[in-house]
Amino acid sequence: MASDTLTPEVEAAAKAAKDRLDAHTYETVQWHFHESTGCPFWLEKKKELNFDPLTEVKVFDDLKKFPLFEDEWLRGGPVRRWVPKAFADKPIYVFETGGTTGIPKSRIAIDDFRTDYSLFSETLPDKYFPKGSNWLMLGPSGPRRLRLAVEHLAQVRGGICFCIDLDPRWVIKLIKKGQMDQLEAYKKHCIDQAITILTAGHDVKCMFGTPKLIESLCLGLEEKGTTLAEAGITGIFSGGTEFTPQWTRYCIEELFGGGPEESGIYMTPTYGNTLMGLACSKPVTPENGYKISYYAPQPRAVTEVVSFDDPNEPVPYGETGRVKLTTLTKEFFVPGFLERDEGEREMPYLTYPWEGVSGVRPFHGFASSTTVGVY
Amino acid sequence: MLNIPAIRWGKPYDSLEKEEVVHFSTGEPIAQLSQVGGGILKRDMRFAQRAREALLQFSPEEILDKLATAGKLYLEADLPIGDGSQTPEAFVHAQSASTGLPEHMCRGNMQKNAFVLQNMPKILDSLTRGLDLNILSRGYGKEPGRDVMLSYQVQSPVLGAVLPSNSPGVHTLWLPAVALQLGLVLKPGGKEPWTPYRIFSAMVEAGLPAEAFSLYPGAGGDVGAALLSSVDRAMVFGGQQTIDQYHGNPKVQPHGPGFSKILLGDDVVDDWPQYLDLMVQSVFANSGRSCINASGIWASRHTKEIAQAIAEKIGPTEIKDPTDDEASLAAFTMPGMAPAVWGMIESDLAEDGVTDYTASYGERLVQMERCDYLKPMVVHAENPEKQVASKEYMFPFVSVVECPQEEMIKKIGYSLICTAITADEKFAKDLVNATHIDRLNIGPIPTHKVDWLQPHEGNIIEFLFRSRAYQSAPVQVAAT
Repeated sequence: MASDTLTPEVEAAAKAAKDRLDAHTYETVQWHFHESTGCPFWLEKKKELNFDPLTEVKVFDDLKKFPLFEDEWLRGGPVRRWVPKAFADKPIYVFETGGTTGIPKSRIAIDDFRTDYSLFSETLPDKYFPKGSNWLMLGPSGPRRLRLAVEHLAQVRGGICFCIDLDPRWVIKLIKKGQMDQLEAYKKHCIDQAITILTAGHDVKCMFGTPKLIESLCLGLEEKGTTLAEAGITGIFSGGTEFTPQWTRYCIEELFGGGPEESGIYMTPTYGNTLMGLACSKPVTPENGYKISYYAPQPRAVTEVVSFDDPNEPVPYGETGRVKLTTLTKEFFVPGFLERDEGEREMPYLTYPWEGVSGVRPFHGFASSTTVGVY
Repeated sequence: MLNIPAIRWGKPYDSLEKEEVVHFSTGEPIAQLSQVGGGILKRDMRFAQRAREALLQFSPEEILDKLATAGKLYLEADLPIGDGSQTPEAFVHAQSASTGLPEHMCRGNMQKNAFVLQNMPKILDSLTRGLDLNILSRGYGKEPGRDVMLSYQVQSPVLGAVLPSNSPGVHTLWLPAVALQLGLVLKPGGKEPWTPYRIFSAMVEAGLPAEAFSLYPGAGGDVGAALLSSVDRAMVFGGQQTIDQYHGNPKVQPHGPGFSKILLGDDVVDDWPQYLDLMVQSVFANSGRSCINASGIWASRHTKEIAQAIAEKIGPTEIKDPTDDEASLAAFTMPGMAPAVWGMIESDLAEDGVTDYTASYGERLVQMERCDYLKPMVVHAENPEKQVASKEYMFPFVSVVECPQEEMIKKIGYSLICTAITADEKFAKDLVNATHIDRLNIGPIPTHKVDWLQPHEGNIIEFLFRSRAYQSAPVQVAAT
């Protein structure tokens, strides 16, 4: 599908968005590679590059001059090498990803997670995510961005967030050892915590949950003779490669008892990770076969769908490729990172006038060795 | 191309996620198989009791009649599958195309399944030791001629099974459950959905209630695990890791590698040529894929001559088109599997005292564009301590192991089937008492010659029913 099939309105919006992205890219690169503001990692890396980012990166496409970002660079310390000089005196968070065995990957943050989730908050319908209502974070605890991010989301919407204890590293160990009975017991332990919160009179109406945990929560509530709707939940946001059209259909038709108008529960998928922000989805409906298309929060982050053979070559719209992320904030600069996922390249549309990605699933090249959706 | 839905208590469920079942050598899609998640299965299991109740509407005799009809339909009829139908020949062709098993072997496996369906009365009579099936159906009763109350408590309203993709013959194991009035909850293998779907179709066509059956194709780690955790009695077919994982779990009966063996007693070993054909067939039948194929031949002497003689018989085997009636080797259709197996074998062969007697018959690993083959192998181990002595692979592969007779029982390890060719009564008695041998054959019986009237890896009656006390006394109810 060629870009000339865009309506003139979307085309104009896409052009404006591209201009904004180019300007934002320039500013971000200037920030990270200037001696007075950049972080030690990138200032050191600059010496290895065969070009000068300060003079030779003017638009987004110029980022292709950088080698692909290797997430291995995030393993080990000193963690301060990722802190931009301009932010040296700010309070710094560190978020981890991986770490079941060996050294986890670390990413520093100051306000990015708050900014990302404040922006995300604006996309949520108040009818189902009522302002002032409390939240349940049914996801990983520990050194992860997600817990604080969801807590911020609740707070920015005037609510208070309840959390559970969930160690995903332990879950992965159980899966790798094949201790499925222990896995079930741990999952039950997590769901028991959630049900306790939901039935304790805290007026929780909104929640984050991964597909597996939402499913387990619904089944756990059913066993107790109740439902998610009866427990008071009206808005859910979720994420992960297990958030497939079929799972969504099953969840809406069978676990919730129908779409939002019928069941009173609205669910929206998201796509993201510790390196990037949070990509939102086009509305998911039975009419479009529960298709899930994600759009990154440009210009702070960009998702592209690129050729499996050439990560600088986008695939045509509708075609399958590897998901490539770029993060462009003052706190963190990732000039092109090949995600562990693949999907189809989606056309811009008016709400998000830039390319998106649909059908996200583990990259077939190493799908068999990846443990996904563990919590 | 067929579109095959999941079956949820008899009702088709067309998933938004489908996997293509493809021809192993051409890559041509044969069917689209709906994929469902474990959550759907778990929720459906709330209604498992209804499956049993649907079957209890019939008497055991009526069900046995319908199963016999189903066996005939399975073998001969054009039966519905998904949005189409399938003749027996189309079934054989599809099964061969997706599993790599030669077509004549698929026909052979069809015969086995049909035989079990059509001979269920005899099989159950044997497995229950002649118990009136109405006692199992009602839960209690007195046997004719004995004034003793018997009661058997069914342990689950359904039998679950996580089925394999590689061996269509194993389906005989779960068929008796229907005759015992338990519903079926099946996760078909991704490459071999054909048998469970055809049997389901035949049973429904024969008049059994569709609502007694569920089939959930999907990812093993998800829907398979969900099945095993949410059904109170289930079978799982898998590798040694699966066996170890479910070992000791009373709800799960794991089936995996058989490590079946032939032992030649000292009293007959000098006459080994007399048993050569038996040994060759035990190794080679069904392309060596079954747990009932011999993976070890143990003797105290003449082992090198035995290895040489078997190698001469099976070493030169050539790969033939699966539609060829002479084809005797099955393809490895899962990418990377055959090279991985070959890697393990190379490691086995590197050990001192291990000799490959098929080395002179050319390369064993044959890699093709879309599938691979491993040609038959005969390996000699000079003692039981060699790693290869305890190996089983999914193709005609046998280790001929030199071991004194007095050490054999201790050293052979677990054996699903042990054929001991001997007239030595002491040896035979020790074998009878060995707890790591499941099916024991004393005498020249090929390992793959299975008597259907005998239990296999445990008696399914004992797995599904528990003997318990039942007492009753009349109650006087006041007239109203």
